[in-house]
Amino acid sequence: MILYDYILSPSCYRVRLLAALIGRRLDLWAVDVHPGQEHLSEPMLALNPAGTIPVLTDDGLVLTESTAILTYLAAHDAPAWLGEDTAAMRARVAQWLAFAQRLTDSAGAARAHDMLLAPGDIDALRGQATQALRELEAALSAGRRRGESFLAGNRPTIADIACFPHVALAPDGGLPLDPYPSIRLWMRAIRALDGFIEMPGIHRLHELKPEPGPMPEVIRKEQA
Amino acid sequence: MSEGGAMRDQWYPVGMTKQLTAQGRDTMLMGEPIRVALAGGAPSVTDGTGRALPVIDRFGHVWTSLGQPEKDLFTIPEVDQPGRRLVDVGVCRVRCSPLRAVENFLDIAHFPFVHTDILGSEPHTEVARYEVEIRDDVDEVWATKVKFFQPQAAKSAEGGITTDYMYRVCAPTCSVLYKTCPPKPGEWDVIALFVQPLTETLCDVWPYMALYDDDAEMTDLIHFQQMIFVQDRSVLENQLPALLPLDPGREIPTRADMTSIAYRRWLKRHGFTYGAQLVAA
Repeated sequence: MILYDYILSPSCYRVRLLAALIGRRLDLWAVDVHPGQEHLSEPMLALNPAGTIPVLTDDGLVLTESTAILTYLAAHDAPAWLGEDTAAMRARVAQWLAFAQRLTDSAGAARAHDMLLAPGDIDALRGQATQALRELEAALSAGRRRGESFLAGNRPTIADIACFPHVALAPDGGLPLDPYPSIRLWMRAIRALDGFIEMPGIHRLHELKPEPGPMPEVIRKEQA
Repeated sequence: MSEGGAMRDQWYPVGMTKQLTAQGRDTMLMGEPIRVALAGGAPSVTDGTGRALPVIDRFGHVWTSLGQPEKDLFTIPEVDQPGRRLVDVGVCRVRCSPLRAVENFLDIAHFPFVHTDILGSEPHTEVARYEVEIRDDVDEVWATKVKFFQPQAAKSAEGGITTDYMYRVCAPTCSVLYKTCPPKPGEWDVIALFVQPLTETLCDVWPYMALYDDDAEMTDLIHFQQMIFVQDRSVLENQLPALLPLDPGREIPTRADMTSIAYRRWLKRHGFTYGAQLVAA
């Protein structure tokens, strides 16, 4: 499988992240999106007339939507990531995959504006992103009260992987995550998954490294 | 004195030569609107009133000044050596003081924590003693004999190596670093950070490289440097205070920060205070 990739693209990172989590090897083909605009070059437009990345090719199959690529990788190698095989759960996953596009169009566009000088009405983009982040916070908070840590139940699915990058990178577009405690706990749960990989702007969990032993004063107090 | 003080008379990068268009691009320099365009095949820069500003086309970038620069823009002789790949990395905007962007570039101690498993790794976090001086003859800050253990020092590096570095501040918002060149021992790879001050707390950063690497694709070289810089970006945007303090008091430097101390002294000596704060709190 060949992934046409850009290191700074959160949508490409969705694919790289899922591939790492399920142990799927990808051949990465770096596309000079910035500053080269290679995604708008003739060969790339021939592959994907929409002029977007990522693009995944596999045996004649050409996929140009990152959520479709996530679906393909999971169905191909790790079906548990599609979510529980019930009508309701499959629909919940599909619902969040569509929601992820709203994040791309709002938080993602705000980040591209603030970081790479992409055009856009920054106030409108931040407004739409804030609305989406509030919906996500409400859903994750409700899920936590039901004892669920992820978007579609109690195990991570492609829904989480689709939403995670643009949420985690929202501060790059001037959208702090401080007001969203459930989002922050959810991000921590994703970053703690076995096989998690980072991208520029999303750091690994240094704090999961072995902690120093119990604090002596605390032990003394408890024993006293 | 107008906004910017002595820094008005310095040269600043305002765009990539390759990206110039006749229509031009509106941007800012030290709070003032400017337009960078291609006029009759040559780069031109005008200010908000239409006044033509001085222009230099060098290192793949267009340079200008709001004031009257006394000196030519600095040179990087290595750039002209045959066989080097010249890499325009492209712009990245950061909500931070332009001086903080340069200061971060001069810092080695953050490598294991921000560029984990690439430019540094735990537990190899010690910054060994190195030498720093302000060279009066060229009026530049130089740090030499810097050594650091790196898991993947460059796109061309295979496995961990101890990398030698030299750092050079050659303009208030420009720094050039020289580092061990894995495919060509005895030569230095050159990586520069050119910073365009938009305001005192907002800047466009234009990284630039002159490397010996015959194997890597140009896109991979660009992406390696973009990856490194964007790892720094969120850290830079969260530094407090936003303006770089030039007087001691608010920040406690350690031995590893000798280059930063020399940079701040050099800025203060010249009155380069756009993006800086002078009074200790």
